[in-house]
Amino acid sequence: MAKKQQGQSKKPKKEVTKQYEQYVKQFTPRPKYVTNSLKAFAVGGLICTAALYIQNLLMDRGMSEKDAGTAVTVILVCSAQLLTGLGVFDSLAKYAGAGVIVPITGFANSMVAPAIEYKKEGPVLGVGAKLFSIAGPVLVCGISAGTIIGMIYYFVK
Amino acid sequence: MKNKLGKQTFLYPLKPRIVGAYSIVGEKEGKGPMAKWFDMILEDDTFGEKTWEKSETKMLKQAILQALQKSGRDKEAIDAVLCGDLINQLMSSSFMARDLSIPFLGLYGACSTMTEAMILGSLMIDGGYASNVIVGASSHYCTAERQFRMPLEHGNQRPPSAQWTATAAAAMVLSEFDKGDAVVTQGQSMPQGQYVKELYITHATVGKIIDTGMKDVNQMGAAMAPAAVDTIIRHLTDTGREPGYYDLILTGDLGLIGKEIALDLLSGAGVEIADVFKDCGAMMYVKKQDTHSGGSGCGCSASIFSGYVYREMRLGKIKNALLISTGALLSTISSQQGESVPGIAHAVAVTTEGVK
Repeated sequence: MAKKQQGQSKKPKKEVTKQYEQYVKQFTPRPKYVTNSLKAFAVGGLICTAALYIQNLLMDRGMSEKDAGTAVTVILVCSAQLLTGLGVFDSLAKYAGAGVIVPITGFANSMVAPAIEYKKEGPVLGVGAKLFSIAGPVLVCGISAGTIIGMIYYFVK
Repeated sequence: MKNKLGKQTFLYPLKPRIVGAYSIVGEKEGKGPMAKWFDMILEDDTFGEKTWEKSETKMLKQAILQALQKSGRDKEAIDAVLCGDLINQLMSSSFMARDLSIPFLGLYGACSTMTEAMILGSLMIDGGYASNVIVGASSHYCTAERQFRMPLEHGNQRPPSAQWTATAAAAMVLSEFDKGDAVVTQGQSMPQGQYVKELYITHATVGKIIDTGMKDVNQMGAAMAPAAVDTIIRHLTDTGREPGYYDLILTGDLGLIGKEIALDLLSGAGVEIADVFKDCGAMMYVKKQDTHSGGSGCGCSASIFSGYVYREMRLGKIKNALLISTGALLSTISSQQGESVPGIAHAVAVTTEGVK
């Protein structure tokens, strides 16, 4: 405290905040970046391998590549939704992080989680209003970025 | 001002007495190291209700009514209920109070609500405006998550500095009367002993808001630690007491990280309290429960005061305690608008000694 008060009299507020943030850092354990990345890589890789395996299986049975891709997407989305509904997905995401959040499974979870949570506020003003509360911002930013890049590509080409 | 010491400290000449206390916690808290001190542990955090808000309301009502029963007083003898929670517009508290028929004051102090209620309740008694007052606070992991963070089933990873909002509610009955009541203290699996000592509130220090300028909403402990430090130093200065006067200096929910910061800041200011310093957030869970930096929420400090501290003091194991609930006064709007997290801490001094 004494250190901080000395700082306040001489330095502007922002400096004090910066110093305090630095000071706080030494007490805060860092996230386990390496283990977290490895877990994410392993689980994410497993999901992708499984997806590819299913796609090949479907193609072997005579499905076109495009249709098989769509079918695999549907399977991934449905299983993520089911796992979210069963209350397993959040534990899985706590362990695997980006491994399950970055693939389309994460998108499915971000739709179903609010749907379950806000059911109590009613189907229209609860689920209807909040369904896109997590996925919505991602979609808006993603589509905007896509539009801008598309326009640049159109003119540069 | 005859009953004010120094800049921020109240003196209560009448020494309001704590005549009843009750705490109720959720399933996870009931598996933590403090379990034996709580009056009731839920097997299911819904408490048989359809929504989490209803569940929290029911927990708070249970705490208030059971504390009242333990105090041996009639509902008609209660002059006011002072209570608060974390939910917008104090939903849990107001809805809890709607069929109590007792004058009600809703308080918001984020996680500092319990001591805020104790301070104001004691003031009412000391000022002659009330004979018996119930103070309480509650928080629920599921109501707090959906309001402040993400839907429960959303998959994400919490940073190491994040804290876990405790599912807990607690209440105490404060009274001006010294005698003539039957205090019952039997809980579920209470430690054995002679529960004979009486608890009196003697002083309170109202905290100032201290804003570190930090904006990380996952660093609550660090945001509140300077406020706790400021209030502790102010309390010791105003009362002229040494830190050694207290057997226990207990902060609300700084958590494991905030507790270390507070200790370091205090020792930097020449106040050594490491022997007697504890933090409710750091006490609530064990490491394998994976709550990262520990517990938070109004119910965290409220239930540990009403469970652990109340009982240990009645047993005579703690004679003088300084309870400091700490709050991070942010809102969902403020953090989205890029505002920093203001911290606050209020202290209440409780003793079992020196009163006839």
